[in-house]
Amino acid sequence: MYRPTVTSSLFGLNRRQLLKAGGAAVLTTPFVSRAWAATTEINMLAWYGHGEPDVVAEYEEANNVKFVPKYYAGGDNMLALIAQSPPGTYDLILSDAEFVQQLNAAGYIEEMNAADYPLDDMLHEDFSQFPGHWADGKMYSMILRGGHLGVSYNKNSVTEEEAQSYACFWKPELEGKVGHFDWHLPTLGMMSLYDGNGAGLWDLNDDQWAKVQETTMSLRKQVGGFFDYGGTFNGLKNGEMQAMCGIGDWITGVLEKDGAPVASVIPKEGGIQFTESYSIGKGSEKADEAKKFIQYMMSPAGQVKSAQMAAYPGFCVTKAGRAALIEADMAEAKRSHQIDGDSQDPITLIKEGRIHYRDIPQQQTLEDWNDFWSEYKSA
Amino acid sequence: MAAPFSQTRESPMSSNPEQRPNLYALTWRLPIIFWQLIFFVGPVLFMVAMSFFLVKNYRMTEAFEFVNWSRMLTRGFFWDSYWYTIGIATLSTVCAMCIAFPAAFALAFRASESTQRWAIFLLIIPFFTSYLVRTFSWFVILSESGVVNAMLGYVGLGPYTMLNTNFGTLVGYMTLTLPLVVILQTVTMANIDKNLIEAARNLGCSPLRTIWQVIIPLSKTGLIIAAIFCFILSFGDFVAPFYLGGSQEPTLPILILDTTKSGQQWPRAAVVAIMMMVTLFAIAFTGIALAYRKGKGAK
Repeated sequence: MYRPTVTSSLFGLNRRQLLKAGGAAVLTTPFVSRAWAATTEINMLAWYGHGEPDVVAEYEEANNVKFVPKYYAGGDNMLALIAQSPPGTYDLILSDAEFVQQLNAAGYIEEMNAADYPLDDMLHEDFSQFPGHWADGKMYSMILRGGHLGVSYNKNSVTEEEAQSYACFWKPELEGKVGHFDWHLPTLGMMSLYDGNGAGLWDLNDDQWAKVQETTMSLRKQVGGFFDYGGTFNGLKNGEMQAMCGIGDWITGVLEKDGAPVASVIPKEGGIQFTESYSIGKGSEKADEAKKFIQYMMSPAGQVKSAQMAAYPGFCVTKAGRAALIEADMAEAKRSHQIDGDSQDPITLIKEGRIHYRDIPQQQTLEDWNDFWSEYKSA
Repeated sequence: MAAPFSQTRESPMSSNPEQRPNLYALTWRLPIIFWQLIFFVGPVLFMVAMSFFLVKNYRMTEAFEFVNWSRMLTRGFFWDSYWYTIGIATLSTVCAMCIAFPAAFALAFRASESTQRWAIFLLIIPFFTSYLVRTFSWFVILSESGVVNAMLGYVGLGPYTMLNTNFGTLVGYMTLTLPLVVILQTVTMANIDKNLIEAARNLGCSPLRTIWQVIIPLSKTGLIIAAIFCFILSFGDFVAPFYLGGSQEPTLPILILDTTKSGQQWPRAAVVAIMMMVTLFAIAFTGIALAYRKGKGAK
């Protein structure tokens, strides 16, 4: 009977050689495939939520990257984190627009190529040349999203008509029920608007600044607490706070979607816009990856992700993004008034001059404002 | 009977110049010395130095300027926070000592040894869980639509505002300190010689007078140590005044946070921290001196 020998097997390999080759192939395959598919880590510095799976998971899977987010709270905190890190630590920096200028002045961000981004598709002309994002004709940051701050209230104790003015915070029934988001900038900006400073809300002379302090102090007896994000959220949810100063839809929107009887409106004195923008960190070795991600976030799909962000919603800044949101999630588009013709459409509000971009004090220092905030809290 | 600490063996740190230091004993003492140097003395010295630094463009720069001290110590809000923190920590200490005493008394003098052991074990259990989580659980209980107000509603009372008030802060402080104070008081009182209490009672001392004139003086040291611990923990706590007190009147820990949040003023925060440490040292030393001070006629 013919018995095939291993020596006559495929390619003339004997059994021992075949086993060796097979074993080697099996053992090295994982390393080879890992080498081919090595995941690129992108270090992101951002407000909480921007590096969470609801925003980045799809992109990570499609592009074989992994975001390593470092979250901060407040522009000062962000600047300090960058200042204390070696260049190139953060590939991607999401900052509030008013801090972009300082990022650039300190040399923390790379110049960006405007042609890489859909600047011709912006919902408002301001967004193409957003204040502080350009210097000497060069672009340093790409606006991603925004949100408006105004009167946030519980519908059971404040009517929509009352909420049309910051005066509702002084309503006697709200004594001890007005909460503050514990950051001086938005609240003092609102008090400045209430004092009638309009577009000059950040550019206060001594008299105007004294008046803003006086107005703010007069609100102290109404105040039931000063809260961080979680505390603000809880205060409104459990009804301890019936109105909130210093926030907007970015918090009430989350609660509203959960069925809480809360809302935010832009009062007649005007509202404040927070604007979030992406920059590429100076010295980043993954600048191309970072650019690619920013392009994704500016695409219709990315803008929808941003608008639906679980941590806190924001409005789209591109026309294509808004159209995609309407198509993908009409309920959210309606709730956030991102519908052409809606009287509370954030873009319409900007065009009507009722919205002022958040900025830092022009004639005082941030320390002056913070010191007053500490005095106010301990009053 | 032999003395508990024999006088025949020389201490390794004997003052006798001819006595060579006991390197073996010293070696065993080194870890704690290094630990204290690296994790206490070093950071404290750095913090003191930092209080003279300056912040430029959100970055600390080495300097020797008194501007942070003058800026903080001349502000009304600093002293408001300072006295408020001392006041609320004192109130917390008084409350904890008063609430803990009957429980500790019962455990020390009325409970069996087995009950004592179980009680101590149960008092330790809260430390197994996060203090922050325990604090957040009070939201459900103390809110206007919470458990307490719901129960009061059945008898036609309330709702009362308990969160974001001094009461809320105190509840948080009790959550942090009460188990520890009960344990310290119980252990102290359990070690009192029961014969002395019986003697007082046999000599006609009323129960209340026995407590005042026998039990409290005999457990003075432990009670003061418990009070010091309670004060220190309350004085430095950030969680209760921030989350349950609503940061209504900022305590010094909240002021530290506020100071670092705006402009990254770590040097000014260091000033606040040093003031806190000096205060705590003063109170702790005074308390310990009182605790170990011998009474009249004591040998």
